[in-house]
Amino acid sequence: MMEAERVVSQYPAQYEKTAASLAGQSVAWLQSIRQKALASFSESGFPSLRDEEWRYTNVSAIEKKLFSPAVQDEIGAVDVSWLNTYRLENAWTIVLVDGYFSEALSNLAGLPDDVQVLSMANALEQCPNDLKNYFGQAVNDELHGFIAFNSAWFTDGLFVHVPTEHVLAKPVHIIHVATQAGYMANTRNIVAVDGMAKAELVETFIGCDEAYLSSAVTEVFVGKNADLSISKLQVEGDKAYHFGGTYVVQEDNARFEHHNFCFGGLLARNDIHTDLGLASECDLNGLYLGVKRQHIDNHTRINHLKAHAQSKELYKGVLNQRARGVFQGRVLVAEQAQKTSSEMNNRNLLLSNDAEADTKPQLEIYADDVKCAHGVTVGQLDEKSIFYLQSRCIDEETARNMLTFAFANEMVEKVKNKDLHDQVLQQLLERFPQSGIEQEWL
Amino acid sequence: MLSIKNLHVSVGDKPILKGVNLEIKAGEVHAIMGPNGAGKSTLSHILSGKSGYTITEGSVTYQGKDLLEMDPEIRAREGIFLAFQYPVEIPGVSNIYLLKAALNAIRTHNGLAEVDAFDFLKIVKGKVKLLEMDEQFLYRSVNEGFSGGEKKRNEILQAAILEPSMCILDETDSGLDIDALKVVAAGVNSLRAADRSFLMITHYQRLLDYIKPDIVHVLADGRIVKTAGPELALELEAKGYSWVEEQVA
Repeated sequence: MMEAERVVSQYPAQYEKTAASLAGQSVAWLQSIRQKALASFSESGFPSLRDEEWRYTNVSAIEKKLFSPAVQDEIGAVDVSWLNTYRLENAWTIVLVDGYFSEALSNLAGLPDDVQVLSMANALEQCPNDLKNYFGQAVNDELHGFIAFNSAWFTDGLFVHVPTEHVLAKPVHIIHVATQAGYMANTRNIVAVDGMAKAELVETFIGCDEAYLSSAVTEVFVGKNADLSISKLQVEGDKAYHFGGTYVVQEDNARFEHHNFCFGGLLARNDIHTDLGLASECDLNGLYLGVKRQHIDNHTRINHLKAHAQSKELYKGVLNQRARGVFQGRVLVAEQAQKTSSEMNNRNLLLSNDAEADTKPQLEIYADDVKCAHGVTVGQLDEKSIFYLQSRCIDEETARNMLTFAFANEMVEKVKNKDLHDQVLQQLLERFPQSGIEQEWL
Repeated sequence: MLSIKNLHVSVGDKPILKGVNLEIKAGEVHAIMGPNGAGKSTLSHILSGKSGYTITEGSVTYQGKDLLEMDPEIRAREGIFLAFQYPVEIPGVSNIYLLKAALNAIRTHNGLAEVDAFDFLKIVKGKVKLLEMDEQFLYRSVNEGFSGGEKKRNEILQAAILEPSMCILDETDSGLDIDALKVVAAGVNSLRAADRSFLMITHYQRLLDYIKPDIVHVLADGRIVKTAGPELALELEAKGYSWVEEQVA
């Protein structure tokens, strides 16, 4: 513990070295936020197991390593053909390498004039006042150490603003690439979709085979009657540490859909929080696959703050070998949020005796006229199904893989963007090579 | 085709089958009737290779081979087909995918080339018509959300495509209304052939009105206590199983 404390305390000492490289140097309001965040992190450090929201996820491994903030002139070379396999054919693409926007690798051609899609650093130079209204409004640095850490250290990120009534013709795709061992990539994103507008955002996280820390905080604002879909494909390197927080504010009648595919990294934690306005809807979907010693923690919080809102949530996990999956799903229904409809489910498949699933649904209901349901399961493959497939000529191992694949594929099938669907499906097929399932038959 | 000799089977310490003898020749249709708890379903499970049973004595020979030595999928590839009493729902695996995988596993097992997608669809679509099924069933997940009748039809559809040598129908009539029963029975009858045998397990005589057996057996308390022609089924329907049990006692 002493050692961990010493390492954490070195981050603030390092701060001055990298400060010049961080976005928004000339923006006074941001500098003030950064200084406060630095002070807050210096005091709190990263979250500990004593914190109820982190009781199943021990981040001391992150504390014990001192990740260096990448400096802009030191960002690594990217294997472009590898990167290209993660591109979507039809999208506006922003590529961040080690936390910095790469103009050469990005493609924003044909973006309509009234839509803003630009790197956070550029946005802070060109339109800092547009950002001021959003920054820190969907999440507070006090929530936990990773947020303050991100606010203090983020180097760059993405700013998306879709104006009123504008239906974005293509998805915006942000690809985070980590290229260097021992470095950290801290990025901050703001996505604002104004009233009656519609947009789709895809986030992809990839990285090298060495240990690094990737932390992305995204604040999302969905205006009245607006519709936003965010999909996240996290396929970080095997030794990576990943923190991804998505914090959403939904205005009245807003729709928000989230797909969270969590396949990579050694230790990964996702926060997905949303505040629901009157008659708004959210649909949270997640799939996590853990092998070896992977630890994957998904923490969702749905706040029904006003009446008539609907939330639906389904997270599925497949855990093999010594992997551990954590699901904490919290639904709050405030006193005035009458006629709330909420359904939360978490299903876990354990494929080995050493795998572990910790699942904790939490409902806090203060209104009296609501419909709330939740269910969790932790289990193994159904032996009756295996025998049925065997009796139809399928050998036992293939049957097991087929059933596991089918269990997971339900979440992939929910992805409507065909290009992304096929990419996620390909990732899934690669993870179950023995299923005998061929893509053409799906 | 199938020869069962002095078969004794237990679940845990409890004996279920206590010396079953049965000979089924190619092309024959046998019916096994019996009261609840007689061991009818156990017999079908043992033949298809379900785990959880202990075979304490006896043998089962299928086409000259020791059936009990084979894994379930090998039995299936060798031509044993079990139509389940309760077909299992398998969300996420489409009917057509399972059918293709099963058919190609059999073909590979028999040293034949796999069928391609085009030929496969031709085969399947013909059989779908035979069972008066909607083609959409092919693209749905195996048995998921199917009604009882649809599930049983789907079992017979699988048999029609896989063309087994030994077809075991476990309580195929259970849960069927009369119209569905007629369709399923017509499907089974269309499969009758000189090189294909059937073993029908049923509690009621009703199914046998539509699928005429050559031989009827009564299984009671783990043994076959009576064997006769189709008229035995009618007699049982009139007099009940206690009649046979009393005769034996």
